[in-house]
Amino acid sequence: MDWEPLMQPLILPLVKIALLIFIMMTAAAYLVLLERWIAAWVQDRKGPNRVGIPLTKIRMFGLGQPLADGLKFIFKEEYTPAHVEKVLYTLAPLSIMAAALAVFAVVPIGDVLPVELPGTSGPIQLIVAPGIDVGMIYIFALSSIAVYGVILGGWSSNNKYGFLGALRSSAQLIAYEIPLGLGILGVVLAAGSLRLDAIIFAQAETGLWNVFAQPLGFSVFVIAAFAEAARLPFDLPEAEQELIGGYHTEYAGMKLLLFLIAEFLHMVVAAFLIVILFLGGWHFWGMTVDPSEPIGWPMAIARIAILAIKVLLVIVFFMMVRWSWPRFRFDQLMNLAWKVMLPLGLVNLVALTIAYEYEYVNQLTGTTRGLWIMIALGWAVALVSWVLAAVFSPLHTDNRPRRDVTEAPEYEPEAVRELLASGTPNASANSR
Amino acid sequence: MQANDPNIKWIEEPKLGLAGKMYLPLFVQGLTTTTKHLLGPKVTVSYPDVRPTIGNPLIYRGVHRLNKDEQGRVKCVACFLCATACPAHCIDIVGVESPWPDREKYPESFTIDELRCIFCGMCEEACPVDAIELTSLFDLTGRSREEMIFDKEKLLSVYDQTKDAEPMKSKALGGTV
Repeated sequence: MDWEPLMQPLILPLVKIALLIFIMMTAAAYLVLLERWIAAWVQDRKGPNRVGIPLTKIRMFGLGQPLADGLKFIFKEEYTPAHVEKVLYTLAPLSIMAAALAVFAVVPIGDVLPVELPGTSGPIQLIVAPGIDVGMIYIFALSSIAVYGVILGGWSSNNKYGFLGALRSSAQLIAYEIPLGLGILGVVLAAGSLRLDAIIFAQAETGLWNVFAQPLGFSVFVIAAFAEAARLPFDLPEAEQELIGGYHTEYAGMKLLLFLIAEFLHMVVAAFLIVILFLGGWHFWGMTVDPSEPIGWPMAIARIAILAIKVLLVIVFFMMVRWSWPRFRFDQLMNLAWKVMLPLGLVNLVALTIAYEYEYVNQLTGTTRGLWIMIALGWAVALVSWVLAAVFSPLHTDNRPRRDVTEAPEYEPEAVRELLASGTPNASANSR
Repeated sequence: MQANDPNIKWIEEPKLGLAGKMYLPLFVQGLTTTTKHLLGPKVTVSYPDVRPTIGNPLIYRGVHRLNKDEQGRVKCVACFLCATACPAHCIDIVGVESPWPDREKYPESFTIDELRCIFCGMCEEACPVDAIELTSLFDLTGRSREEMIFDKEKLLSVYDQTKDAEPMKSKALGGTV
């Protein structure tokens, strides 16, 4: 059979998908280990360091731990409580997992590999679906589907904790998608494309990563990404102390594992997006960037490595943040989303629009002067708007009920005593 | 008690300064603290590869021992003060007339159920002759419940094991030696 025509449309994507799923699953397993290590180190403990190669005494600093964790989950009883909505209960972890994995279809894991396969044209692009012009929109759509998994899981569990977790999750994710989108819009404006690889190229060509030109957009996006990934300090949907795990309270065994892996994949996607949109993707200074020039093996591998290291550093930051700040209260979370993040995102977008228009009119695009104007403007806008947001919408820390909204009835001990003495025990002090 | 009870004293929260409102000091503080601990020394040890260090073995409350005097006899005078003081009732003493002239009674058998013991150290405090003491041995294991009931010989052998590392309590520590 002649399989060369099938190479480009079928075989190559299937191989890429298989490799990607393998890499992502392994990465998620080892990120669990990394998370446990960092948790232990921050708490002055040693962390998992025993499990090595099975059936031997070799320990390898605990690098065999993911295998042990996975086996434990697989051999656990697949228990389904009697009071759940069976179909949706099963569907929820599947949908959240599928959505979390499908996002990676448009995420570049490097640039290209300089290999010419029979039946393909040009080097292999390290992206499952190359050339999707709406990559950003695709990611947004799928990350919204992840909310369905959470809501389905919480609702079908028929459990108050699960339901509360799902409600919190839906409110939180919807609220933070807006600042997330506003953060992305600035980058899209700068690159002129919704393709992730094009956004990296735009940053690589000027050498000016978006984080330097758009510090405000970067902070808005990072904070919103933390909330979207439901990581501390925004992990209200699954606050263990309040909700016993939230929407996955009623789950056990493999289904719980699917939820947990999907959560880790959300974090990985968030880290990839932060790196690709704002930290230059695979670009590092001193690297020759010319799209027309074919790249060799050293450069291809360097690009993969730089991207991987950047993503790993961002993930370590995610994990450090978990132990650095306490969880927000829900009203604080909503205040932050609607009264701080949304205005900041809008200010960022408007300022960028004006700046690019100025650049375009004065024909400064690409010149050094244009770059400096962009950087100065970005930082000035970031500082001023951050200070204004702090002054006019400070973090609401007071725990008391707001007096202006809930005015408690006057407390009159004398009146209560009279009532009690008059021998009408059923009458309460408030029903006079 | 209601929220507007006159006995409640409401305290105004201190106002945040501009830096506090900007959340940046909190950001830096949190991250520096965690980074310090991330890189700092660890307090846990890889037991059983590494034995944890015990602060002061003389006051640690581990496995019991029955002390011996200079002539190698058990110091206990079977006064039952430890068995009386024990909140877990894990000490069982059978006292008989002493063959030695310096005391009236001595324990014919002295058993401690280490599984019932709560290691409170009250036996040690009650003992008038410092015969029963708690050592710093903490990794107490056995294959059966019977094995964990320590008799007089076992308790005396714990003394032989630990007498060099942990001398009997001196007068300075409130002992009678």
